[in-house]
Amino acid sequence: MSAMLWWLLFTPLVGAIVCGALHFAALRAGHGSLDQGRGGHDRHAGGAARALAGRVACAAIAVALGLSLWACLRLARGGETLVLESSTWHWIAAGSFTVDLSLVVDRLSSVMLLVITGVGFLIHVYSLGYMAHDPGYARFFAYLNLFVFAMLALVLSSSLLGLFVGWEGVGLCSYLLIGFWYEKGWPAEAAQKAFVVNRVGDACFLVGSFLLLRLFGTLDLSEIAGANFHLLGARSGEIALAALLLFGGACGKSAQFPLFTWLPDAMAGPTPVSALIHAATMVTAGVYLVLRLNPLFAAVPAVLFVIGCVGALTALIGASSALLQNDIKKVLAYSTISQLGYMFLGLSAGAWSAALFHLVTHAFFKGLLFLGSGSVIHGLSDEQDMRKMGGLKRAMPRTFLTFVAGAAALSGLPLLSGFFSKDEILARNFALGGFHLTLWGVGVATAALTAFYTWRMVALTFFGAERFDRAHVHPHESPALMTVPLVILALLSVLGGLLNLPHVLPGAGLLQHWLEPVTRAGDELLRREVEHGHVAALTEWLLLGFGAALALFFAQRGFHGYTQGPARDQALERGQPKLASFLAGAWQFDKSYHARIVLPLRAAAETLSAGFDRRGIDAAVDGAGTLARALGQHLRALADGQVKHYALWMGMGAALLSLTWVLG
Amino acid sequence: MLALITFLPLAGALLVALLPGHNTALLRLVALAVTTVVAALGIAFYAGFDGAAPGFQGELVRPWFTLAGPNAPIPVSFHLGADGISLLLVALTVVLMPLVVLSSYGHVHTRVKEFLVWLLVMETGMLGVFVALDLVLFYFFWEVSLVPLYFLVGIWGGERRLYATLKFFLYTVAGSLVMLIGVIALVWELGSTNVPELFLRTDLLEPTTQAWIFGAFALAFAIKVPLLPFHTWLADAHTEAPTSGSVLLAGVLLKMGTYGLLRFGIQLFPAMAVDAAPLFLALGGIGIVYGALLAWAQQDLKRLIACSSVSHLGFVVLGLFALTGPALRGALLQMVNHGLSTGLLFLLVGMVYERTHTRELARYGGLAKVMPVFALFFVFTVLSSAGLPGLNGFVGEYLILAGTFAVSPLWAAVSVTGVVLGAVYLLMATRRVLFGPVTRPENEHLADLGAREVGLMLPLVALILWIGVQPNAFLEKCAPALERVLERVENERFGARLDVPAPGESGTDESGALR
Amino acid sequence: MNVPTDHLLALSAILFALGVLGFLVRKNVIIVLASIELMLNAANLSFLAASRHWSQTTLAGQGDPSAGPIFAIFVILVAAAEAAVGLALVIALYRLKQTVALDGMAELRG
Repeated sequence: MSAMLWWLLFTPLVGAIVCGALHFAALRAGHGSLDQGRGGHDRHAGGAARALAGRVACAAIAVALGLSLWACLRLARGGETLVLESSTWHWIAAGSFTVDLSLVVDRLSSVMLLVITGVGFLIHVYSLGYMAHDPGYARFFAYLNLFVFAMLALVLSSSLLGLFVGWEGVGLCSYLLIGFWYEKGWPAEAAQKAFVVNRVGDACFLVGSFLLLRLFGTLDLSEIAGANFHLLGARSGEIALAALLLFGGACGKSAQFPLFTWLPDAMAGPTPVSALIHAATMVTAGVYLVLRLNPLFAAVPAVLFVIGCVGALTALIGASSALLQNDIKKVLAYSTISQLGYMFLGLSAGAWSAALFHLVTHAFFKGLLFLGSGSVIHGLSDEQDMRKMGGLKRAMPRTFLTFVAGAAALSGLPLLSGFFSKDEILARNFALGGFHLTLWGVGVATAALTAFYTWRMVALTFFGAERFDRAHVHPHESPALMTVPLVILALLSVLGGLLNLPHVLPGAGLLQHWLEPVTRAGDELLRREVEHGHVAALTEWLLLGFGAALALFFAQRGFHGYTQGPARDQALERGQPKLASFLAGAWQFDKSYHARIVLPLRAAAETLSAGFDRRGIDAAVDGAGTLARALGQHLRALADGQVKHYALWMGMGAALLSLTWVLG
Repeated sequence: MLALITFLPLAGALLVALLPGHNTALLRLVALAVTTVVAALGIAFYAGFDGAAPGFQGELVRPWFTLAGPNAPIPVSFHLGADGISLLLVALTVVLMPLVVLSSYGHVHTRVKEFLVWLLVMETGMLGVFVALDLVLFYFFWEVSLVPLYFLVGIWGGERRLYATLKFFLYTVAGSLVMLIGVIALVWELGSTNVPELFLRTDLLEPTTQAWIFGAFALAFAIKVPLLPFHTWLADAHTEAPTSGSVLLAGVLLKMGTYGLLRFGIQLFPAMAVDAAPLFLALGGIGIVYGALLAWAQQDLKRLIACSSVSHLGFVVLGLFALTGPALRGALLQMVNHGLSTGLLFLLVGMVYERTHTRELARYGGLAKVMPVFALFFVFTVLSSAGLPGLNGFVGEYLILAGTFAVSPLWAAVSVTGVVLGAVYLLMATRRVLFGPVTRPENEHLADLGAREVGLMLPLVALILWIGVQPNAFLEKCAPALERVLERVENERFGARLDVPAPGESGTDESGALR
Repeated sequence: MNVPTDHLLALSAILFALGVLGFLVRKNVIIVLASIELMLNAANLSFLAASRHWSQTTLAGQGDPSAGPIFAIFVILVAAAEAAVGLALVIALYRLKQTVALDGMAELRG
C-alpha cells in the first residue's frame, strides 16, 4: 500500500523526466527549434519524439488519477479515522531537529488528489490539442507533469517542510510555465514577478514554520493539528503570529491581498497552464494549508478575523477589476483572485467544508472557463482581446455551450455548482453575525459584480456583431481533444452542486460529512471561542432565494449591456476616466508596488553599490593603498641622491647613538 | 593517507614543471590524472571515515622543529588530521579540482604549464589548511594557498587583473599578519602549537588575552570569508580571475575563512565565540541583505555572482555564530553547497564568456533559444543557489535559519528577506541572460555546450541533487565533530548563567524543542 | 713643553668639527675628501693625546704605551688607502660628469 502511494507521487515525476529527455531528443533531431513563438500554425512541427511526449505525460497523470481513485475508495470503505500512510523517508537529521517525510492520504487530501489528478488529466488531454503546433510541445508536458508531481507532494506530505517542498515546487513550475514562451520577453518578466511575489509569501511561511517549530518542537502536520491548544493558552500570541505568517505565505500562493499582482500577469503563459495552475490547483494551495492546519487557525479567532477581512477585500478587488478588462484571460484571472477570496472568507467563518466545496466547484467551472477561452483563442488564431471578438456562438457551438455552463456556474445561477458553494460560504458568514455580517455584505456585493462581469464576458465573446477581421481570422471549432474535456468539465460544473447541498435540501452535506474527521478539532475550538450560529431553515431558504435573484438580476444586466459590443466601457472611460483606469488597473496596486517598493529598493541597491560600497568601503581600501603611496612619495624626498644629506643623516644617527651610549 | 592526499598535488606540480612546455595535451593529461587520483583518494578517505567518532582521523604526527618559548622550548610538529568538519571541506576540494582542470581546457591557451603548476600547488595549500592540526603548519598552508592565486589571477585574468590580484593579496596578507601576531601570542602564552591540545588549554588564558587573540584570528578569517565590511576585494578578484580561478576562489578559498572561524574561532575560543556571537550574527545578517542588494545592482554577470557569494556566506556566518546544533550543521553543509552551486555558476559563466567574450548582462539576451542545454544547467544552478527545496541550498538555508531563529528571531527574520532578494537578483540575471528575444546579432549562432563541458558539470549536478534529497548522508559524517564543538560552547554558555530555565517555560517546551 | 691633554683634545674636536662641517657643506668633491682627511687626522691627534695622557698618569707602567701611536699609524694607512680610492673615484666621476660639484650628482636618487 505504501508502495502505491509512492507510485502515485512519483509517476508524474518519471513522466516529466521522460518528456524532458524526449524534448532534448527532438531538439537534436531538428524539430522543436524555438524560433516560432506561439502557435506556428503554418508549420506542423512533427517528430515522433514530440508526439510520444504528450502520450507519456497523459499516461502518467492517468496512472496518478487511477491511484487517487483507489486511495479514495479505500478511505471510503474504511472507517472515519482511516488514514493511508506510506513508509517514512528520513530526510534531515540535524541534532535536535529532524524531518521525516511520509505520504499521507486522509479525507482532505483525497479530495485534493481527485481535483489535481482529475482536472489535471482533463487539462493534459486538452493540451494535446491546444499545444499540438507548438515547437515546445515536449517541454510543455515535461513541465506540466513536474507541476503535478510538486502539487501531489504538497498535498500528500506529512510534514510542513515536505509541504513546503511541494509549495516551492509548484512555484517553480509556475515560473517555468508562465515563461514558457520566453522568446517574447514579457512572459519571462511575468514569470519572474510571479516567483518573486510568491517568494515574499514564502518568506512569511518560513518564519511561521520557525515559530511552529519553537511552539511544538516538530513540523509534522498531524502532530501540530492534533496538539492540545488549550494547554498552550499562554502562548496564544505566538500561535497567532505563526498562523498569521502561514497565512501570509498562503496569500502569496493564493494571490490574496496584498500579494495578488502576479496572477493577472501570469496569463502570459499558455491557457492550459492558466487553467491548471492558476485556477484549479496551485492557487488553492493556500486554502489547503489553512484547511490542513485548521485547529491552529481556529485556536486564535483573531487570525480568522484577519483572514476574513483579507479574503473579502480581495474578492471585492478582484471582482471590480474584472469589470473593465478587455483581455478574456485577464477577466478570468481577476475572477480567480476574487473567488479565492471567497474561499478564504469561508475559512474565516469556520466553514471549512464550504471553502473546500468552493475550491472543488471553482476548479470545475474556472478550469472550464479557462479551457473554453483557450478554445476561443485557438479558434481565432491567438486573439485574446474581447473587443475583437463577438458573434462566435455560431462558429464554435460546443465551446459556446460549455462556456455558458461554466459562466452560469461562476455567476451563481441557481442550481449549478457555483450557486451552492457560494451560498454555503455566504450563509455561514451571515449566521455568525457581528463583523461577519459586514463580510457577508461584501461577499454579496462581489457576487453581484461576479454575475455582471461574467455575462459581460459571455456577451462580448459570443454574441453580437463579429468584430474580428474576417479577412485574416477564420473562427472554427476546436478539435475533439479539446472539446471533450470541456464537455466533461461542463457536466461537473452543472452537477457539482450535488457534492454538498445545503441542509434544507435532501442528500445534503456530503462533503461536509466526508471532511468531518479533519475539521472536527477546528470546529470544537471555534465553538469554545465564538458563538457558533446555526442558520434556521427559513433563513436558509431566504438566503438561497436572495442569492439566486441577485445572480440572475446582475447576470441579465451584464449580459444585456454588452450584447452590442464594448460601447458601455468606452462610455465609462469617457465619463469617469479616473474610475475606469483605477478599476482596469486592479486598484493600481501593481503600479504602486512598482513605484513604492520595487523602484526605491532598486535605487537603494544601486546607491549601495555605486555610492556606499564603491565610494565608501572600497575607497577606504583603495585609500589605504593611496595613503601608502603618498607616504612613500613624501619619504622619497629623503632619498634625493645628495651625498651630503645622507652624510648628515648618518652623522646625526651616529651622534645619537654615541650620546645614548655615553649617557645610558 | 592524508599526507598523500595533501602532497600528491605538489608532486604533480613538480612533475608538470619538469615536462616540456609545448605539449599542452600531455601537460593537461598529467594534471587531470593527478587531480583525479587525489579525488579518488579523497573519496576513499571520505567513505572510510568513521562517522561515529568525534575525534580526528587519519592522523599523522612528525616532530618538525622547536621554537624558543618563555619557559621551555615549544615543539612544532608536522601534524595532519581530519575530523567531520574538515572531512567535508577536503571532499569538496578534491572533487572540484579535476573539474577545474577540465574547465581550463577552454580558456587557458598560453603558458599552460605554469597555469597547471600553480593550480596544483594551490590544491596542496588548500588541502593543507583543512587538515593541518599544528598552528604553525596551519599558518604555513594558509600563506601557501595565497601565492598561486595571485599568479593565477595576475597572469591569466581579465583586464583589471593586476589591480584585482594585488588588492586581494594585500588585503588577505594584512589579515594574515594580524593572525600571525595572534598565533605568536597564543603559542607563547600556552607553550604549544598542537591544535587539539590548545583546544583544551585556551580557557586558562585571561579573558582579555583571549579576546585579543580571538580578534586577531577573527579578523583574518573575516577578511577571507568575506564578512562585511571586508568584502570589497571579492568582487574584483572574482571578476578578473580566469574561470578556473573563480571556481576555486568561490568554491574553496572562501571556505578557508569560514573553516577558520569554526575551528580557530569557535572551537578554540568558545567563551569568546559566545560573547562575540551577537556581533557576528549582525554582520552575517546584514551581509546577507547587503550582498543581495549589491548583486541586484550589478551589470557584470561575474560580479553579480561574486556579490551573491557575500550574501551566501553571510548565511554561513549566521549559522556558525548561532551556535546551535541545527545551525552549525546547516552552516557546514552550506559551505559545501555554496562551493558546489557557485562553483557551477562560475563554470557556466566561463562557458558563455568563452563564446561571447563579454560578461555584461546587456550584451546577452535570449540565449536560451540558442543554447538550450546551457539554459537548462543555468536555470538548475540558479535554483540551487536560490535555495529551491529538493536541491542542496534549501537544506542548508533552512537549518541555518531554523537554528538561528531559536537564538535570535530578529536576525533570522532579516535573513529570510535575503531569501526573497536572492530570488530577485538571480531571476533577474537569468532573465537578462537567457530569456527574451535575441537582442544581439552576434549571439545568434553561438555553439551550445559540448560533451566535455556537460561532462565536467554532471558530478556537481549529481552532488547538488544528492545533498538536496539525502542530506543525512553528509550530515551524519560531521555530526560528532560538530557536537563536540557545541558541547564546549554550551559549557561556556551555561556556565555563565546562574539559572537554567525549567522545561516548559519559555525557551523550550515539553518535548525539549530546539535550543 | 707640556701641552695639557685638554688642549689637545679640544684641538682634536675643533679639527673634527671643521672636517665634518667641510664634509657636509662643501660642493667640491676633492675638498670633501680633504675634509675626510681632516677628520681622520683629528682622530689621530686624539689617539696620540690620549696615549700620552695615559702613559703619563695612572697607567704608567701598565699597558702598552705604544698603543696610541700604533693605532695612529693604522689610521694613517687607512686614510691613505681611502684617499687613493677616493681620488680614483673622483677622476672617474669627472670623466662621466665633467664636473666635481657634488650638487649635480643625484644618481642614487630614489
